[in-house]
Amino acid sequence: MSARELLALADDELILGWRNSEWTGIAPFLEEDVAFSSIAQTEIGHARAWYELAARQTERGNVDADALAFDRDPDEYRCAPLVETRLVPDWARTIARHWLYETADAIRIEALKASDDPEVAGLAEKIDREEAYHRMHADMWADRLRDEARFRSAVDELWPSALGLLEPGQRDRLCEILGREPVDPVERGEHTEELRPLWEEMTMVRRSVPGASW
Amino acid sequence: MVTAERVWEALAEIPDPEIPAVSLVDLGVVRAVTVEGDRVRVEFTPTFLGCPAVEVMCARMVERIKELGAEAEIDVAAEGWSSDRITPEGRRKLEESGFAPPAPGAAPSTLLQLQRIVSRCPYCGSEDTRLENLFGPTPCRSIRYCASCRQPFEQFKTL
Repeated sequence: MSARELLALADDELILGWRNSEWTGIAPFLEEDVAFSSIAQTEIGHARAWYELAARQTERGNVDADALAFDRDPDEYRCAPLVETRLVPDWARTIARHWLYETADAIRIEALKASDDPEVAGLAEKIDREEAYHRMHADMWADRLRDEARFRSAVDELWPSALGLLEPGQRDRLCEILGREPVDPVERGEHTEELRPLWEEMTMVRRSVPGASW
Repeated sequence: MVTAERVWEALAEIPDPEIPAVSLVDLGVVRAVTVEGDRVRVEFTPTFLGCPAVEVMCARMVERIKELGAEAEIDVAAEGWSSDRITPEGRRKLEESGFAPPAPGAAPSTLLQLQRIVSRCPYCGSEDTRLENLFGPTPCRSIRYCASCRQPFEQFKTL
């Protein structure tokens, strides 16, 4: 698996983890504050594991997970538009994205578990067991909000971006699982206007104090 | 001269930074120890990948091995840990300090499977407990509630 493909996975998890963490302290109730903070932490942990694998495959010396996560220009990030949008304080859209992302991500992880590269397959297997808890949480919420108009319209709105998270060959499976018709996907490659402000906040410490650690 | 056995004993004295009742060896995060002269190689595998305690654990192992007069190299392997790696001793210590140990076996993949897991309250021993929150204060824990003694408690997730 190429470093470029690994970076797409890692960037998705890092940026989504960042967005999920924006609920810390302000989620609708305490249990969700804990849940979203924990999910954010796990996603960022998965990002780090993928970055570490990508760093080992990079030709440039001295590249580590932090350098890949924080020292690239926004244009070099490979995350999908689905994860970039700031959804605080809209809980319906947050849950819609969480559910679409986790459902699509499961398809991607399943494919990675069958990778020829034993490191990729091993890591995907571990991540899958951790992600199972995210999926249970997302499914529980989707079930609860299923008939709510705000949730349904949020799912409709985010559906093209959810398809764009996956490789073209994996999209039919997502349509099948969710019982939705395919539409023109919002593809990975172009970033939304929201990535740059997020990047500025996320990389602020690294940019102001080179070599900072905490 | 340091031996692998001596290193294992030393690592068994390092408490988990989040749940000090159990040691790194109890948690099953140490996979192997190899000694070559005064160099010690430890194979380490974190519980959850997002565990914030990983760096602290590695630093403590390096310190402890240095005290034995050897130089440590910690090799972190991201994959491989499951909650079945927690030792019987570790499970006993968890329960004694108010944490329900993880249910043995494969990780649940649906909420239904998770809800079918019978979990015993670490305070009163009742099995009349329910899941309050899949997530808890660290990635490895869920929150449960005991209907018998009316006490919330934390459970190590099955992974």
